[in-house]
Amino acid sequence: MNVLMPTSLSEACAFCAKQPDLIPLAGATDLLVHWPIHPAEHDKSYLDLSHVQELRTIGWASGTLTLGALATYWDVLQDGRAKSEFPLLLEAARQVGAIQIQSRGTWAGNIANGSPAADGVPVLMAYDASVTLTSAGGSRSVPLHEYYTGYRKSVRRPDELISAISMPIRKYDFSVFHKVGARRAQAITKIGVAITRESEAPSLGEGVGGRENFHPWRVVANSVSATVKRCTAVEQLLQSNSPVRKPEDFLPALASDVSPIDDIRSTADYRRTVLARLLYHSLRNVAPAVT
Amino acid sequence: MQHQAGNISKTGRSATIPIRFNLNGQKVEIAVDPTERLLDTLRYRLNLPGTKEGCGEGECGACSVIIDGLPANSCLVPTFQVRNRIVRTIESIPASSLQPMLETGATQCGACTPGVVVTANWIKENSGVLASHSMRALMAGNLCRCTGYDGIIDGLEKWLGRDGGRS
Ligand SMILES: Cc1cc2nc3c(=O)[nH]c(=O)nc-3n(C[C@H](O)[C@H](O)[C@H](O)COP(=O)(O)OP(=O)(O)OC[C@H]3O[C@@H](n4cnc5c(N)ncnc54)[C@H](O)[C@@H]3O)c2cc1C
Ligand code: FES
Ligand code: FES
Repeated sequence: MNVLMPTSLSEACAFCAKQPDLIPLAGATDLLVHWPIHPAEHDKSYLDLSHVQELRTIGWASGTLTLGALATYWDVLQDGRAKSEFPLLLEAARQVGAIQIQSRGTWAGNIANGSPAADGVPVLMAYDASVTLTSAGGSRSVPLHEYYTGYRKSVRRPDELISAISMPIRKYDFSVFHKVGARRAQAITKIGVAITRESEAPSLGEGVGGRENFHPWRVVANSVSATVKRCTAVEQLLQSNSPVRKPEDFLPALASDVSPIDDIRSTADYRRTVLARLLYHSLRNVAPAVT
Repeated sequence: MQHQAGNISKTGRSATIPIRFNLNGQKVEIAVDPTERLLDTLRYRLNLPGTKEGCGEGECGACSVIIDGLPANSCLVPTFQVRNRIVRTIESIPASSLQPMLETGATQCGACTPGVVVTANWIKENSGVLASHSMRALMAGNLCRCTGYDGIIDGLEKWLGRDGGRS
């Protein structure tokens, strides 16, 4: 096993440029699971990001919250402003593993790991987060809801690292995150959903051309598709004000948004049914047409 | 599943990595195999077997240590990652601290106990965290098959000098 230990982002990117099969290592809470019984993994080459101090930041500037790639769940739980501006980040952080995982696990690792059951990803997506991908050649920004291309597949090139995650600071008048697991702590999500509603059309100046296609709702589900999935049909249903009077009324929209499967933790049927109920009971008397 | 130090390096090809870190207040300099987990380094190379292995997958907390002031599962930490860090293990906590736990039935078989005490001691030293987290939430990463947890929570309450009780 070969380990490269950069101390700056540029050094890390230079390593990636030379050797694109390097596996980045942050908190190691995904990579080291059952490590001794995976000898094949011991023959690979790793890029240890853990001492790249410039990535361990939480920044509030120019209307944006930026989490550096080494920002952990615990870091966000300690951030007073995150608590008021992005409460779902704290909701999710509290429900990831337990403190021993929250102290080491990173938001970027959660995204890069690519599990459809990831709990950090849905709340980030519900806040319209973007992923900054950096290589020796420069940086680009990709909306998180366009980041995944399939089960554990993404637009990230092998020579790119996630250097940051950023979210516009907006006003929300409703937000909720539900995680359904076998028990409250230390459980992998069977069905999860994050919902936000922006409270007003934001002032011009956020992006070129303003936001003429303003849609207040974001609905993101995890563990019900090959990737964490933004449910645009459900968002449109909420936007259209068509009446929803029972959980089942969400099913047609969900049929186009998600494709749950039977696996060791649950069944497709259970996942669909519970997701519809989570939506209904979360949104009843919140969304005007859900009664 | 037995993970012994002897079979950590399956390939034998890896060059070792020299690191330094602070362990229980002492400087340590050691060359580690890159595949070595902190758990194994502590137990099999540094003679600190108080840190236990339960699951090897981050679930049970038997391997809990404190790294740079925060609880971590040493089974999920490659040892080279603790270079220049401060590590504390159960061995740094006086055995007498266990007394309140013994009085409330917080320990039976004892397999979870070192990890429980590491986390509990961290809560005691950082009791400000109780403003935003319940004791049970903070202890959720330390599984115990024997006590049913009430004894552990009562012991912790006692240790912190709070009202006992299972409210
Ligand atoms: C006991 C236990 C409980 C858990 N509970 C939960 C849970 O409740 N919810 C949940 O969502 N997850 C959970 N996890 C999974 C894990 O903790 C999270 O996914 C965590 O966010 C991973 O972050 P990390 O920094 O530890 O990643 P690592 O293990 O270091 O890396 C994970 C993956 O991301 C890649 N990577 C990391 N950083 C970068 C980067 N900057 N650029 C490119 N690629 C990168 C790595 O190469 C690897 O493929 C749990 C894990 C354990 C062991
Ligand atoms: S052995 Fe590390 S958490 Fe169980
Ligand atoms: S006392 Fe036996 S596992 Fe906790």
